[in-house]
Amino acid sequence: MTINPLALDRRTRTMMVILGCLILFSAIFLGAWLYGEQGQVTNLALRKLPPGWDQPFGTDWLGRDMFARTIKGLRISLEIGLAAATCSAVIALLLGLAAATMGRIVDVAVTWLCDVGMATPHLVLLILISFACGGGAKGVIIAVAASHWPALTRVIRAEVMQLRTSDYIKLSHRLGKSPAWIARHHFLPHVVPQFLVGLLLLFPHAILHAAGLTFLGFGMSPHTPEIGTLLAESMRYLTTGMWWLAVAPGLALVLSAMTFDVLGNNVRALLDPKTLRE
Amino acid sequence: MLEAKTLAYRYGKQCSWLFDDLDLQIAPGEIVGMSGPSGRGKSTLAKVLAGYLPPGRGSVMIGGRPLQGSGHCPVQLLFQHPELAVNPRWKVGKILQEGEEPTADLCKDLGLEPAWFDRYPHELSGGELQRICLARALSSGTRYLLCDEMTSMLDALTQAHIWQIILDIARSRRLGLLVISHDTTLITRLCSRNISYFGDTVNH
Repeated sequence: MTINPLALDRRTRTMMVILGCLILFSAIFLGAWLYGEQGQVTNLALRKLPPGWDQPFGTDWLGRDMFARTIKGLRISLEIGLAAATCSAVIALLLGLAAATMGRIVDVAVTWLCDVGMATPHLVLLILISFACGGGAKGVIIAVAASHWPALTRVIRAEVMQLRTSDYIKLSHRLGKSPAWIARHHFLPHVVPQFLVGLLLLFPHAILHAAGLTFLGFGMSPHTPEIGTLLAESMRYLTTGMWWLAVAPGLALVLSAMTFDVLGNNVRALLDPKTLRE
Repeated sequence: MLEAKTLAYRYGKQCSWLFDDLDLQIAPGEIVGMSGPSGRGKSTLAKVLAGYLPPGRGSVMIGGRPLQGSGHCPVQLLFQHPELAVNPRWKVGKILQEGEEPTADLCKDLGLEPAWFDRYPHELSGGELQRICLARALSSGTRYLLCDEMTSMLDALTQAHIWQIILDIARSRRLGLLVISHDTTLITRLCSRNISYFGDTVNH
């Protein structure tokens, strides 16, 4: 058996994947900042160019560089995703903790809310809330935040409930530890990883739903180069053969959503002692 | 003296009493065995005695005073599955220190190796982990140990080794021991007295 000197153990590989994901996201923010106004500038001399060396994603019917627009769109998507997923995860954390610790009535109420939230079609709820909040970035963030907490709430509720009845928590109490000490040393190390991973895995949903809302016209205004706007605009030009207008931003969106998924799963592997040292 | 006075317990108001009117005394330094068929409430009794469950009726007294709800409990319970009695996200070193920093002598007696302290519980074997749980339970304030099938999942050699250590420590510290087991040979071998309240009910 030969040993490859470049072969990495799983821990190092996980760390490198996480690092790679983070670099990609910072590159999007940096790129959007460096491009400045370029995505908005029209240049009629460079209209409808297919992807090439100078414009990797081609140009649109006004000669705007699609690569710049995609990067800027991604940045807006990431910002909205970050805000919405964070709000959603915080709601989930509070409701999950309340359900697990504040007695039967609160538990029944929260579980019922979760069921209602999960049974309602997401997109209908999203459109309703976003429309009611007047659209725009605010509407999208509120809509996504208000519709994505049920799954994580259930995870956190179940985690805390399982912990509360576990032998080692009761044993800790019998060893004379105070409830505050137990909360800090036993509960926190279990809930924080669930929260972080849940937050990361909420991102792709938030990003995709934000883009979907904008695509349907209930989200951001048409001036903002959000991915959903780009896709909606491209619809009119697809039939004239300008495939790159939809394919490039669409792929970029799917890839960044997948990157968050990979990031979430790798962070989970790193936080769980069972997989930590493999 | 660890005493149970007319102790009774049931899981929920609709259930029948699992045990009722139960009296039990364990003196310091005494080793009492308890055997009986499954599902009769042996483990539940141990949990009530150690304060994990509140008694339904009656009381648990220690040295003539009722068992305290908070603070370090002088009655410590050892479980059958040590892997469920430790936090899987803690390293062994932290698990050990949860009770009280174990003395070097105790570590030596139990054969705890410093190399384990930097590991996670799933990286130790069952026998090693059970010894960690034992060390954690043996704080200076512990007067009684309730061993609920604590070696039944270990092989004969490890069992013998662990019981040897417990007997030595119990003798030197005058700890009272309650040994719950299905293994009647083990109980006759270890204990000066055997209770089988729970066996009687099933014979009828």
